[in-house]
Amino acid sequence: MSFVLRCTSVRYASTERSDSFHALNDVSLSIAQGEQIALIGPSGAGKTTLLHTMACAHRTESGELSVFGVEPWALSHAERHALRARLFLAPQTPPLPPRQRVVTAVLAGCLPQWSFWQAIASLVRPSDPDTAYDALARFNLQDKLYARVDRLSGGERQRCGMARLLVSKADAFLVDEPLSALDPTLALQTLATLQQEATSRNATLVCSLHQVELALSHFPRIVGLREGRIVFDAPRAAVTEAMIAELYRNEKHTGQDDPVATQADAHITPQF
Amino acid sequence: MNQRRASPPPIIEPATIALLVGMLALVCASFYSLTIQWGELFSADAMRSSLEFLRGFAPPELAWTFLVKIAGGTLETLSMSTLGTGIAFVTGIALALPASGRFGSVARSFIRLVLNILRSIPELVWAVILLIAAGLGPFAGTLALAVHTTGVLGRLFADALENLPPAHEATLRINGASPITAFFYASLPQILPQLMSYTLYRWENNIRAAAILGVVGAGGLGQMLKYHLSLFQMQQAASVIIAMLLMITVVDAASFWLRRKLTGN
Amino acid sequence: MTSNAAFAHHPDPAWRGRITATLIALLLLWPMLIAGEFKPWILLDAQSLGATWHFLSGFFPPAHSREFLLLILEATWQTIAIATAGLTLALLGAIPLTLLATSSLSVSRMESGRMRFAGAVIRQIARWLLVLLRSVPELVWALLLVRIVGLGPTAGVLAIALTYSGMLGKVYAEILESSEAHATQSLLKNGSGRLAALFYGALPASASELVSYTTFRWECAIRGSVVMGFVGAGGIGQRMDESMKMLAGNEVSTMLIIFVLLVACADLVSTFLRKRLG
Repeated sequence: MSFVLRCTSVRYASTERSDSFHALNDVSLSIAQGEQIALIGPSGAGKTTLLHTMACAHRTESGELSVFGVEPWALSHAERHALRARLFLAPQTPPLPPRQRVVTAVLAGCLPQWSFWQAIASLVRPSDPDTAYDALARFNLQDKLYARVDRLSGGERQRCGMARLLVSKADAFLVDEPLSALDPTLALQTLATLQQEATSRNATLVCSLHQVELALSHFPRIVGLREGRIVFDAPRAAVTEAMIAELYRNEKHTGQDDPVATQADAHITPQF
Repeated sequence: MNQRRASPPPIIEPATIALLVGMLALVCASFYSLTIQWGELFSADAMRSSLEFLRGFAPPELAWTFLVKIAGGTLETLSMSTLGTGIAFVTGIALALPASGRFGSVARSFIRLVLNILRSIPELVWAVILLIAAGLGPFAGTLALAVHTTGVLGRLFADALENLPPAHEATLRINGASPITAFFYASLPQILPQLMSYTLYRWENNIRAAAILGVVGAGGLGQMLKYHLSLFQMQQAASVIIAMLLMITVVDAASFWLRRKLTGN
Repeated sequence: MTSNAAFAHHPDPAWRGRITATLIALLLLWPMLIAGEFKPWILLDAQSLGATWHFLSGFFPPAHSREFLLLILEATWQTIAIATAGLTLALLGAIPLTLLATSSLSVSRMESGRMRFAGAVIRQIARWLLVLLRSVPELVWALLLVRIVGLGPTAGVLAIALTYSGMLGKVYAEILESSEAHATQSLLKNGSGRLAALFYGALPASASELVSYTTFRWECAIRGSVVMGFVGAGGIGQRMDESMKMLAGNEVSTMLIIFVLLVACADLVSTFLRKRLG
């Protein structure tokens, strides 16, 4: 089992309301190793929080969480650190420092495997540009290998973030809205590459998406979240139009993220 | 409908008036307690002897052998300031990590206290103390500048780090990178231009400090100045002062140009 | 597309430049290490360690006899007095220089678009004077003044007055020139004198910046007057110099503690002043 959540709740102090409220409420989920799941739901539903919880970025308030068969928050600091190396979280905003070169930004995916001195040496001179090149080539970005991140467009940056994922040695990919800045053709290609990689490694893939059609057409299992709760968790064949409509009821389904909700999600301070 | 008109707020609040009065009192007390003989200071006698003194400076000594000595002193002073600032850049970053809270709040408070002490004590006082360990000469000056500047830069760097959005570094750590490696890969690239700008600006200050550290024995132009003044060799002293001014101007210009290049890039 | 073995090599284009830059840096570093007599191993040799240990062990306990503490308190007050008096004189000197150097108060410029020649010359001289005053390190002024007026606080006060009038003058001129010129210009156009234009036009707009910078310089002046004590200009600096010459570790540690507290207090006072008067 990759991930097992039982009745998990995550609370955070909201700047909007005077009391803290639950980002995730009584969530139960079981994901086997190698499964590919799409996470859908309106803005502010808690998709980002769920992905961060599974990435062991913060503690849960109540309930159980087990990752690869162990409880991450019962481990020692060092053991949890080793566990994190097997997980890869790709946040919505590509975590690429603007003035850095693409090659270094992509190779940062290897950091969990490198010693301190290897990491510093690679800063001075990239130790494995070929691997980065191959990863970028799968997204058709190989020409940007030595370009600076701030010279790339939004879509190119997103795909670079995915290239970092390819370079990592993780057994589970937790990907947050990887296609938001991509046009339909690129979105399809990127998603295909992502899924190919997950399949070849037998890695678990949990991907949150706004494009419900893509989710339904590419993922065998769909989980719908709304206001911090799981509304449905079903194979794609069992998901009906009515269920989707009910999930997104009262929301402008524009595919754009509600900035307030995104801000709120980002307010859970990571704990290590 | 006869409302009493509220009196307008005073132009200056009473608390501020009290403050200004206090400042004035401080100023008067200062002048009073110092018992400076103003009359004597600005008397005709004093003016004459001052002019005599100043006339002794012209013309400045320009003999070739002396100019070579000045070049040597300039190089010593330049080395002191550059090495000291360079060392402080590295140690400043090293101390900025705990001082920005990356290793807990206890470490943060403690290191910030240390940094405060380091920068409160002026470079000259550090030089006087470090002469004991390092002996006479520019090495003590380099160390004094390094220690003091570490306090200044460490604090500036820590504040810059704390103002940095933590998302990129946090993501690397969530994915299994160690805190220090995550710092080097995610945070340092973002603030490096700012850090270097602070450092270059500090270099301008340090060249002035290095110039005078020699007065207590730390080598360079300062030591030459003290030496020639104590022997009443005014013309040589004048040359040294001019050399100091030229060196400061050149370093200011270099620092300005480098900082422009940094922000242009 | 799978990568062809022959094309699998992607060298870093920036590598050459980095190597060159490193070599140049080392080339510049080498003579500096020699000129600076940079020998860190000196710190670890027996003689140096012995001297350091001996000195540092005198630090505890810090000297705290009554007479000594009173002496230090008096010296600390003298330092504050030197700084305050020096800064006040600097203000008095800076104001006329600023007025001369600020071109936004030039009536003739406003009329003809160019300043009168004599006016322009005076402005240039005022600016150069300000530059000279603040470029010469204050310790050098102190060294010279000690030889003219003798040892003691007078030299310190004058040195601060000279250096800081240059600094204050330059910054005041910049602040005033960058502030809203409109208010000043309209006053001048309507016939007010230059001083009045300054007080009612430029000053209110920039008051908080001016106050902020001046209080910052007051803190610097306190540090400066301690430093000048080492060449005989009085205050706690002179006391520290005497104690260091006698290697009296306990006295030095007391003075360092008091000095750090003094700087912290001055910092607090200055922050408070800036909030209140800004």
